[in-house]
Amino acid sequence: MAGAELGLGHYMAVSAALFTIGVFGIFVNRKNIIVILMSIELILLSVNINLVAFSVFNGTIMGQVFAMLVLTVAAAEAAVGLAILVVYFRNRGEIAVEDVNVLRG
Amino acid sequence: MTLIAFYILSTIVVASALFVVAARNPVHSVLWLILAFFTSAGLLVLIGAEFLAMLLVVVYVGAVAVLFLFVVMMLDIDFVALKQGFQNYLVVGILLALALLAEIGIVVAAATFGGGETFNPNPGGATNAEALSNVLYDDYLLLFQMCGIVLLVAMMGAIVLTLRSRPTVKRQNIAQQVGRKRKDAVELKDVRPGQGIP
Repeated sequence: MAGAELGLGHYMAVSAALFTIGVFGIFVNRKNIIVILMSIELILLSVNINLVAFSVFNGTIMGQVFAMLVLTVAAAEAAVGLAILVVYFRNRGEIAVEDVNVLRG
Repeated sequence: MTLIAFYILSTIVVASALFVVAARNPVHSVLWLILAFFTSAGLLVLIGAEFLAMLLVVVYVGAVAVLFLFVVMMLDIDFVALKQGFQNYLVVGILLALALLAEIGIVVAAATFGGGETFNPNPGGATNAEALSNVLYDDYLLLFQMCGIVLLVAMMGAIVLTLRSRPTVKRQNIAQQVGRKRKDAVELKDVRPGQGIP
């Protein structure tokens, strides 16, 4: 895989690194839900890169179609997540995620 | 040449992703995120998936990142307080990330992929967009339509969530407006000259 030619392994390495950084970001920024949402976007981006790389290097177009579906879900998730965040901020005046369980009985 | 471009772009992607999670100010995080999206679009262009690359720029940079930027700038948040506990979680986070990376490495090393032999970014079409549209509007038409429904529902959900009705703001009441009769609004007065209406 690690020849002089650009291969599937290269893209899988980048994708794995991005995925790991995304998970790392979720764990490190426990209080900041905005950065958590951005980390989720990073994870979805890594999934997209992986899907497209497999699609291209296997000569099948399906992976790119799936990448488009993932893109759709990512956009929808960002919109709804940020809307919830805005409502939460309007009600409480802060966005510390640690207090979200205040509704728990 | 392609390999050099790949290494440059992938280095920028990974570095900017690291800055996204490590930046002190979320506005900077969003800007690093935009850089990551742009360079990963470049990565996709390198292997010939131009349409997905353009889609990445349009959707991620044009919509999602701008949405993030708006929300970050709109909310008045004490960013310093949110960054508290970064050091506490850092060690655990690094350990967990390394464990995850090792797991991915083990799985990838153990698995055998059939890929790599047939490099073809646009099978069944002259260009990437043509190849994609050939299957998207044919085999996956239902999936494509459902994507639209997902986006519609997400849009309506976001609007409904953030819409608030303030009692001080006057709104148009269409039923009231349509149900108005002539006698509610107009009154005939017999005004005498020089006296006016009492």
